Amino acid sequence: MRHLLSAGDLSRDEAVLVLDTARELAQVGDRSVKKLPTLRGRTVVNLFYEDSTRTRTSFELAAKRLSADVINFSAKGSSVSKGESLKDTALTLQAMGADGVVIRHAASGAAHRLANWVDGSVLNAGDGTHEHPTQALLDAFTMRERMGRLEGLRVAVVGDVRHSRVARSNVLLLNTLGAQVTLVAPPTLVPVTAGSWPCEVSYDLDAVLPKTDVVMMLRVQAERMKDAYFPTAREYSRRYGLDKERFALLGDQAIVMHPGPMVRGMEISAEVADSPRATVTEQVTNGVSVRMAVLYLLLGGSEPAIGN
Amino acid sequence: MLEGPEIHRALTRIAHEVLERTKGAEDVTLLGIPSRGAPLARRLAERIERVESRTVPCGALDITMYRDDLHLAPARALGRTEIPPEGIDGRVVVLVDDVLFSGRTVRAALDALNDLGRPRSVQLAVLVDRGHRELPIRADYVGKNLPTSLRESVTVLLEESDGVDAVLIGPKRERGEDRTDEARTASGEEN
Repeated sequence: MRHLLSAGDLSRDEAVLVLDTARELAQVGDRSVKKLPTLRGRTVVNLFYEDSTRTRTSFELAAKRLSADVINFSAKGSSVSKGESLKDTALTLQAMGADGVVIRHAASGAAHRLANWVDGSVLNAGDGTHEHPTQALLDAFTMRERMGRLEGLRVAVVGDVRHSRVARSNVLLLNTLGAQVTLVAPPTLVPVTAGSWPCEVSYDLDAVLPKTDVVMMLRVQAERMKDAYFPTAREYSRRYGLDKERFALLGDQAIVMHPGPMVRGMEISAEVADSPRATVTEQVTNGVSVRMAVLYLLLGGSEPAIGN
Repeated sequence: MLEGPEIHRALTRIAHEVLERTKGAEDVTLLGIPSRGAPLARRLAERIERVESRTVPCGALDITMYRDDLHLAPARALGRTEIPPEGIDGRVVVLVDDVLFSGRTVRAALDALNDLGRPRSVQLAVLVDRGHRELPIRADYVGKNLPTSLRESVTVLLEESDGVDAVLIGPKRERGEDRTDEARTASGEEN
């Protein structure tokens, strides 16, 4: 076994190994030659069935900085639009000798299925509303760099938790790393299973913010919503959006995170998004380092150092 | 094989040799190869500073990502890389490691330097040269030549990491054994 499918699969030691490795690899971004020879001769396929700019380019850049050959495969304009199934696409890539497959898919569990069909490592880059482990790793990395620790850190994850793979992966990983997570959302946007997650749930953002070190705002994923989960965007924004007044409720050292893409004026106001305590662009930079670390640890040696 | 005072004397001698060969160590940057090379580089820097009362830039260069045997073992944890703010362009870089063996670590270090900049020249200082080179590489400064057999392993212990200064020779360990806590002892032996 050699995949990264769920943030919950990582032990504490493995997660810390990824973060420590990412910290070293972050230096590569500051050098004149931003490249390491480590994955020379290995092939990484980016298999993207959903639109993505940030994650796909981040994985692509990470793999290229490690000298891997990268093939980008997006559903649009490929054999998928001709009706090919995920399995057949996977077997095609397998036949071409892919060492690692990075998959983004609208169906929860797609990465798990793929892992049973290919010999290479599968990296889950987001499957439906299920998981997005490298996002959780880069969020944890950003928190550790900014706050200096993860143990005991109070993290509030606010917004459309129900449709968020980022939220689930973060809850699992942050729990492993010793942080305390509180989910904050309208009752309709709390997943039904959240009661069994290792975290607290609250419906009252104003009550949670003063007791929070890190607040992570989530985008309302209208494209995944088949029903009306709240009366109007305006009402949602009034109760669960992070504006200047709410921002003032946070402690002086607290930071604001957002996995992107942000909808300014909806879940976050422009003033807060542009504040020096917002880490949105840092998260993007850190994403490359963290994905380099994961690719190195999964593909760099004779066998993976992490994952199950 | 070597004990504290001998290691101290060897390092002091190397420091003087570096000064002599580089005519005062003016453009010298010391880069230790983690884990044991990094504290050795710091010790050399201290000694050179004591003699010349001038600071010598000193850092660490991890070569894990440049190893040629990466695919033979599970991916390893990385060591620290710290390049002094002066950079390495135009400097005389002295690489510092504990044991010189096959020469493969040094080859990897030369590759790593190539990606970091263009030093005026590169020299190599090692505490122990145990022979059995597999590449055309030699050290410019050697603490002690230790003729060994391939069935033996050489382990360097340093106060900074191990609480004591010593060089030990023991029976060879299998690759991959004890790599969790003593990864570098094992690789010091391999290289």
